[in-house]
Amino acid sequence: MDAKDLKVVNKPVVKMDSMGLACGEPAFTDDVEFKGLLTAKILWSPHAHARIKKIDVSAALKVPGVKAVLTYKDLPRVPHTTAGQGYPEPSPYDTYTLDNKVRFVGDRVAAVAAETPEAAQEALSRIKVDYEILPAVLDTAEAMKEGAPVIHDEEDSKNIPDAKHNIAAKFEFQVKNGEWFKEADFVFEHTWSIPYLQHCALEPHVTIAHFDNAGRLVLRTSTQVPFHVRRIVAQALKIPVKKIRVVKPRIGGGFGSKQEVLLEDITAALALKTGRPVKLEYTRKETFISSRTRHPSRVRMKAGVKKDGTITDAAMEITLNTGAYGSHALTVMMCAGSHTLPMYRIKNNIRFVGKSVYTNMPVAGAYRGYGATQGFFAWECLMDMMAAKIGMDPVEFRKMNYIKLGEGSPVFKAMGEGREGVEQVITSTGLFEAIEKGVDEIKWTEKKAEYAKQTGPIRRGLGAACMMQGSGIPEVDMASATIKMNEDGSFNLLAGAADLGTGSDTVLAQIAAEVLGIKADDIIVTSSDTDITPFDVGAYASSTTFISGGAVKKAAEKVRDMIIEVGARILDEKKEDLRLECGKVVSKSGASCPLSEVANTSLYYYNQHQITASASHFAQSSPPPFQANFADVEVDTETGVVKILDYVSCVDCGTAINPVLAEGQNDGAVLNGISHTLSEEMEFSSNGTPLNASFRRYKILSAADTPRLRTFIIPTWEPAGPFGAKSVSEIGINGPLPAVANAIYDACGVWLFDAPFTPDRVLKAIKQRR
Amino acid sequence: MKNGIIETRKNFFEITLTVNGEKKELSVKNGEFLLDALRRHGWKGTKKGCDTGDCGSCAVILNGKPVLGCLTPAVTAHCGEITTIEGLGTVHAPHPLQEAFVEAGAVQCGFCIPGMILSSKHLLDRTPDPSEAQIRKALDGNLCRCTGYVKQVEAVKNAAKTIAGRKKRKP
Repeated sequence: MDAKDLKVVNKPVVKMDSMGLACGEPAFTDDVEFKGLLTAKILWSPHAHARIKKIDVSAALKVPGVKAVLTYKDLPRVPHTTAGQGYPEPSPYDTYTLDNKVRFVGDRVAAVAAETPEAAQEALSRIKVDYEILPAVLDTAEAMKEGAPVIHDEEDSKNIPDAKHNIAAKFEFQVKNGEWFKEADFVFEHTWSIPYLQHCALEPHVTIAHFDNAGRLVLRTSTQVPFHVRRIVAQALKIPVKKIRVVKPRIGGGFGSKQEVLLEDITAALALKTGRPVKLEYTRKETFISSRTRHPSRVRMKAGVKKDGTITDAAMEITLNTGAYGSHALTVMMCAGSHTLPMYRIKNNIRFVGKSVYTNMPVAGAYRGYGATQGFFAWECLMDMMAAKIGMDPVEFRKMNYIKLGEGSPVFKAMGEGREGVEQVITSTGLFEAIEKGVDEIKWTEKKAEYAKQTGPIRRGLGAACMMQGSGIPEVDMASATIKMNEDGSFNLLAGAADLGTGSDTVLAQIAAEVLGIKADDIIVTSSDTDITPFDVGAYASSTTFISGGAVKKAAEKVRDMIIEVGARILDEKKEDLRLECGKVVSKSGASCPLSEVANTSLYYYNQHQITASASHFAQSSPPPFQANFADVEVDTETGVVKILDYVSCVDCGTAINPVLAEGQNDGAVLNGISHTLSEEMEFSSNGTPLNASFRRYKILSAADTPRLRTFIIPTWEPAGPFGAKSVSEIGINGPLPAVANAIYDACGVWLFDAPFTPDRVLKAIKQRR
Repeated sequence: MKNGIIETRKNFFEITLTVNGEKKELSVKNGEFLLDALRRHGWKGTKKGCDTGDCGSCAVILNGKPVLGCLTPAVTAHCGEITTIEGLGTVHAPHPLQEAFVEAGAVQCGFCIPGMILSSKHLLDRTPDPSEAQIRKALDGNLCRCTGYVKQVEAVKNAAKTIAGRKKRKP
């Protein structure tokens, strides 16, 4: 099959929920009314590390309108992880819905539900807590030292490899083919760092817990992982799964922060306690401090290169700060190596050493890019350093070394997500074409020549960076879908996949429509309601198009066969001669019947049955998408201000099921990465209190700040993907840090090792060089 | 319509105003902001993204000017005229801006979109043929984390053309 044969897939079908959203239809979690809804609020820890010696809620309970106050004494003590991952989760079980210990400024102390927000707020102020303040540790190096405060000293937590040294996760791997750096003509070693970064989904975290008319608990929640929410809430509160229904309405962005079960357990507990519907909505400040962040990292990387451009050895040593809890601590750390080291051929030795370390700081978790952001910043800057030293054009150096079609890497097998990986080879790549297109669009050759002649304080430069990511977690992620036929030849698609604003409902409908020979709007999509749709791990790991899309395609193929079966009876033809096309069953002979006739026949006349099928999909590989990034920047060497003049990213996502949505995914990811590069950083006081927990002081780029940015889709065909598709959602965020760092070096000869590249840092680097 | 007398009842003020062309009488709480008042009375299209005046998700048009619902005391809307996203168009009869946003693929999660469309409407009402810089400036108060603003800027450009074309046909 070829992309040119496709009728619905690879077409810019309009995103099916977009008109409702553009018209302000009530679609999000908090857009519906519940009679008697209580407001929940959380009392947050003012201390980075403390034990609750005494907690007295009696005054809070006396506030008029207060219906419940919960502390650790009221809830079962169940160690679990908030990481919404497949079971058993590879993250340590180190979290309790409420605990008698707090581990960062912004940790949960108690929860209140009241008739009004004002009463809830008043009740919080009346909870008396007597803390035993413990010494806190805010830095990963300090935290690992002998005698450092032990953040997880509780005895019942599970799967913490070295709680005494605050190590939440560790992993080592080595390929050894002889002596390290023996063949290298040049060896480089540097450390790159990334600070605390926020997701900044525009919709803050929100959950409404209510009861259906049979008294079952319903969680209407802004989540990427409805099925994991159901399982983890059941686990944490010790209630059966069958007593919980999780409904995912439209979601106002997630980017990984909603791959966490953060609000659902406590909101459910308050609803169960009061017997009333309860809403918990984080304020923006709470979202900054008490949801999740990107793992701040230090990546030390050492690599060797021969004069002819052969990369001889590479060693990556990464230390992640996971904050007070180890959510995604192992997997993000492993992906920092597993998604990056296979990018280029390394002739002799490869080593990866990773640690995720607890500190008394906000909790890190899943964030678009998932470790690859941290790893590629180091690896791609190192690539430019090597190219500069051997006098090779950085683009040519990359072309020479990147992983080619049919090639594998020992890293694929050695490193998975929290366990051993899966051996695989590259089965599709458009990286060469992506590089060529980018070189052309950014005018690499012309501008390189032009910029070589620059004088004066304003300097321009070009930078490149190549990326790969994955498409789901191989041999871990599973998705399923159900399709049923209606009388008019339309279909319901019940997908476990969680559209969080990405457009996956539309993409999945296009896949089904392509198989069934109909238009995408003949598919009515219901996505992720644990009572209605079949299981799906959820929207993470760039998995939805590849894994959930695979399930939808299989379900549609089963339905197609059932339709042909009925069609063969109606037309009195052989099944082998029939196909679905333009809403009809069409025979080689030219005879045809509309799908509505097939549906009516099956429902009312002959061999009566509902045409419906379910299918699951599980993948043995995770074909990487590839991307080439190019940045054209201007550095004011007197002020340190970096301006991006043009940013081009060319992405090979296999077949773009919906090219407009794919471009949109990449545009947004790239701008998020540019924002990381130029301005974003959470700041903290000396006791770990976040200082800039607002959009005013934590700067994400706005429309006027946004430079010219262009996405180009480079079509390829991935044999393992539905209609040749791979993933597209995450890869774009990882490019800007190294591409811009490399462009700054090209402009003014200084390397930046610490993100973001604010004017003071750039100026400092320039001054140091002088 | 100005300086009307506001009736008070306990902790509530009874205000009279026009919302999306319809006369309404609303009870608003003492100290309540327009965002919360509108949402409480059913206009859920106005979104709360930050509640501190930084993200623009709660933008509405009050007396011809875009305002941030989360920073505007609800009582100041007394005798005023408000347009929320629901007043622009509906799924069955959308405004050209809503159509343009949908067609350009400018709506991803959609949470920032009502505010962004209202900012765009205010721009096009004053500047029917805006430059890209004018569009970016007009949308500058509306944060979006999904799109990179690329397709939104394109959508406003396209909407401007559509609106101009319709005006030509119906002078």
